Amino acid sequence: MATRKFQIYRGDHNNGELVHFETEVKEGMVVLDVIHKIQAEQANDLAIRWNCKAGKCGSCSVEINGKPKLSCMTRMNEYGPNETIIVTPMKTFPIIKDLVTDVSWNYTQNKRIKQVKLAPESKTDKGYVMYQEDVDRVQEFRKCIECYLCQNVCHVLRDHDKKNKFVGPRFMIRVASLEMHPLDTEDRIPELKNEFGSGMCNITRCCTDVCPENINLTDNGIIPLKERIVDRYYDPITILSRKIFGKKKKKLPPLKR
Amino acid sequence: MMLDISEIKVIEHDVLIVGAGGAGLSAAIESSSQGMSTGIVMKSLLGKAHTVMAEGGMAAALGNVDARDHWKIHFRDTMRGGKFLNVWRMAELHAKIAPERVRLLEEWGAVFDRTKSGLINQRNFGGHRYPRLAHVGDRTGLEMIRTLQDYGIHQGIEAYMECTALDLLKNEKDEVCGVVCMWRETGTFTIFKAKSIIFATGGGGKAWEVTSNSWEYTGDGYALAYEAGAELMDLEFSQFHPTGMVWPLSVKGILVTESVRGEGGILLNSEGTRFMFNYIPERFRSETADTEEEAARWLAGDLNARRPPELLTRDVVARAINEEVKAGRGSKHGGAYLNIATQRSAEDIKKKLPSMYHQFKVLAELDITKEPMEVGPTCHYFMGGIRVDADTTMSTVPGLFACGECAAGMHGANRLGGNSLSDLLVFGYLAGKNASEYAKNKVTHSEIDEEQASKIIRNATDILNRESGANPYLLHEQLENNMQINVGIIRSKDELEKGISQLEKIKDDYKNVKAKGTSQFNPGWHEALGLRNLLITAEAVARAAILREESRGAHTRSDFPGEQKEWLNYNIISRKGEDGNMELIKVERPIPNTELERIAESSIEDLEREIEQERKQITN
Repeated sequence: MATRKFQIYRGDHNNGELVHFETEVKEGMVVLDVIHKIQAEQANDLAIRWNCKAGKCGSCSVEINGKPKLSCMTRMNEYGPNETIIVTPMKTFPIIKDLVTDVSWNYTQNKRIKQVKLAPESKTDKGYVMYQEDVDRVQEFRKCIECYLCQNVCHVLRDHDKKNKFVGPRFMIRVASLEMHPLDTEDRIPELKNEFGSGMCNITRCCTDVCPENINLTDNGIIPLKERIVDRYYDPITILSRKIFGKKKKKLPPLKR
Repeated sequence: MMLDISEIKVIEHDVLIVGAGGAGLSAAIESSSQGMSTGIVMKSLLGKAHTVMAEGGMAAALGNVDARDHWKIHFRDTMRGGKFLNVWRMAELHAKIAPERVRLLEEWGAVFDRTKSGLINQRNFGGHRYPRLAHVGDRTGLEMIRTLQDYGIHQGIEAYMECTALDLLKNEKDEVCGVVCMWRETGTFTIFKAKSIIFATGGGGKAWEVTSNSWEYTGDGYALAYEAGAELMDLEFSQFHPTGMVWPLSVKGILVTESVRGEGGILLNSEGTRFMFNYIPERFRSETADTEEEAARWLAGDLNARRPPELLTRDVVARAINEEVKAGRGSKHGGAYLNIATQRSAEDIKKKLPSMYHQFKVLAELDITKEPMEVGPTCHYFMGGIRVDADTTMSTVPGLFACGECAAGMHGANRLGGNSLSDLLVFGYLAGKNASEYAKNKVTHSEIDEEQASKIIRNATDILNRESGANPYLLHEQLENNMQINVGIIRSKDELEKGISQLEKIKDDYKNVKAKGTSQFNPGWHEALGLRNLLITAEAVARAAILREESRGAHTRSDFPGEQKEWLNYNIISRKGEDGNMELIKVERPIPNTELERIAESSIEDLEREIEQERKQITN
């Protein structure tokens, strides 16, 4: 047990400041535990979102000493014993109160993406047939817990505030999870290029670095999507062959193994 | 100060759902597909409900891994796991409908792990005869909620996020016609008018200190239904999951999925003994391995070997760990050792149990591919809840429906792992369908009784406006301690009575609870509002536990050991009495359908033979 020092943002979108707290920290505690302790003992109305406390729901995203993190998965022993720990809300989204931000913009982005549409001919009386190696890639993207830390660090959204131009890495990955689904028949490439602003991303990999689920957003999701756009719109051979042979079917059914 | 109700915003829907986990979203999707104007209110953001934490899988007799599986066997397993106290019809509906709902989830975009032949893969779990749980690694709940969420947002459903339901409104005919809600962000109120309301509010595990449940699990559905005059049933059956984390203290209670045992994990005491072999109940003896050699053959895939005792039902395993600790054979921090490292390769473990690997690595600095985990019982699930009609899911109050964990009956005295996620799909769908039918028969909305509405709002705002009073966090802590000590995994009359008298004291203090600060996103106020519901829930659990003088499933009485046959004929109902106090009654259970009874009581060999013959007849 030791007394530790904290600076926690208190206030709303217009007014706020870092407030100093000190509290006893026990072995094994994570930053969220400390915030709860301060809440119960010193500041009952200190606002933070949380649910599962085990890195599964993605509710408790904050910035700790400037780094975007899940507060439930950040252990106190990651920091030196005399270090003051500064907890602030995600910078990219408007502050509602204290550590709680307005993330509703993300929900409106999700709604813009066309839902899954499976090829009806691949349905058997035992369900759809897909092989593990064909779904591995998609399952990686589907690990996303929607903590929005990637949205928070994406410089297009964070520094340039281009929320009206780019859906952000979370929804690039959402599109990737659908486009790379082995049985999906929908086409989202035109809106990806024209409406979702995929060209705004210049692959700085900040999103991949902060992902608590270790999803390789950039290399496995965003870059392959950008390649599909290039193939479709900028590759002269593809364009020529499409003119001659007509549009190719988007995907082939999986191979029997 | 008089409250001007006309200034409160009113929103109308045909069907309103409270709670946006797997059950609520399933209900909303069905209701919307029936052409109903559908709204769904939730305390958290969309996609964060408790379902997201479910790990192991959803049980359905798809027969993809072992073709011998059949709804009758799933039904039999469910009844035996529930110690025959389940509502027979609910267990039947569940076993029959689950497969088609799981396949539908795939159509809506869920990407399950696959078998070699490309079908939905299924894993072993406690109490299930065959590999039955459709899963995605150990994050099946995330897959379910995200699929329902991403599908649901395109179905014309209105989602109201971070909105807390405070109390129900009823019309002059005593039917439910609305609910008063509070927006967490601003602390302002809205009245939702609806022709039918579905509760999918989950459980009340936040009444205990060691729990796998989040802040949301404050028994809201139970308390709101109770206040509206509905009956609660079987509340004494609160499930303690055998494997929660025990160390470090700050994560005590966090769930360690049963899939660890499903994938072969073994339980050991401090002496290195695989103790579950000593705790096999008579009912399961003929279907459980009695040597380590046989258990090892089962893990290697021998279809003739019987299942290892680690896969006995949760009530049995939780009690066994408890016994070992009491006998001084506990692990370093007072649990048991759960070892998968010696059973599976590191690569397998990371592939099959990635989130467990991650959870222990980060939170306990422990590598589960090399070392055993320390685990102990943690409050996890309510088998009991709002009493509903099996076919319609309607409660005893007209217009109020309930599904998922907040509804009683499906799981009897003990739930099998994996039967919860499938329950959400099946009964969420049935609730959506039946609440829509009910709403279709109502031409107009009822008028709101302003007095009811203002009373609800005043009760909420009084907590903020009081000059001084008890700290809600400390009251909650007292409640948790009390339930942990006096209404825990092993119960006795003395302790339960002590627990109730403590509860009465906390209830008294609660009358003066005070939340500091303003109404804007104020967790202290939210805590205080939830605490009312949690106190009602806790009281119903403790009082029902005193009344049931036997040990059955998750309810264990040290002063009344063993199942008592006559108690199989009764459910315990709690409801609000005329004097405003809680009243408990023993009600007789209906006589089961003889065919269902025959299936549940058959020997496994007979039942398997019967199914095989049925199948031959069909193919001929």
